[in-house]
Amino acid sequence: MKKTNNIILETSLKALLFFIVLYSVYIFTAGHYYPGGGFIGGLMTAGAIVLLLITYDIKTVQRILPVNYRIITAIGLLLAIGTSASSLLFHVPFLTHRFTHVELPVLGEISLHTATLFDLGVYFVVVGVTMTIIQTIGEDE
Amino acid sequence: MLEIVIRIALLCCSLAMLGLIYRVIKGPTVPDRVIALDAIGVNLVAVTALICIVLKSSAFLEIILLIGILAFIGTVAFAKYLEKGVIIERDNHR
Repeated sequence: MKKTNNIILETSLKALLFFIVLYSVYIFTAGHYYPGGGFIGGLMTAGAIVLLLITYDIKTVQRILPVNYRIITAIGLLLAIGTSASSLLFHVPFLTHRFTHVELPVLGEISLHTATLFDLGVYFVVVGVTMTIIQTIGEDE
Repeated sequence: MLEIVIRIALLCCSLAMLGLIYRVIKGPTVPDRVIALDAIGVNLVAVTALICIVLKSSAFLEIILLIGILAFIGTVAFAKYLEKGVIIERDNHR
């Protein structure tokens, strides 16, 4: 394998990666009122990490982002089931969600919804599963 | 008036996509096909924006950015595969 210098890709990645991650976070948080949500947000975050994997290699990305994606999947499942099961503590059926309007100092009045935590679980599961699949195939010789 | 202009623009985009599909099928080498697929992605962005105007809706505007990012990632992955033979390297010996 000959040694190549892909400096254009690395430089454009540094400018582009922030936009992709920001876009995925936007599409995750806008999911309650606009198209989007945890699934497509997680896929976009995984796409950003895949772009990082294509530009560099698995060892470099493991040094940049030292996370085990199977643990991310487990955390996502725990968040989803914890949000659903915590409604049992208030004597309402499983998966009952509540929301409230909160006055925050900088952001003003926003509505906080427990479905966001459930959606965060979906987000983590999608990122974890996608990255586990891609890394497992990529490490294969 | 705007309706007619948008219909004409959609027709032009679909004609361009037909030409690109011809290049995908006929293209003598693999890089020709990859470039044609990337240009089909760009044309799809234009078609989505025009459909957004036709339907008087802003619900598809996220899709435009999404198609752009996905076309870029796909083209970069194909280019790396054509150059080095692997898409994700284990260690590139720095």
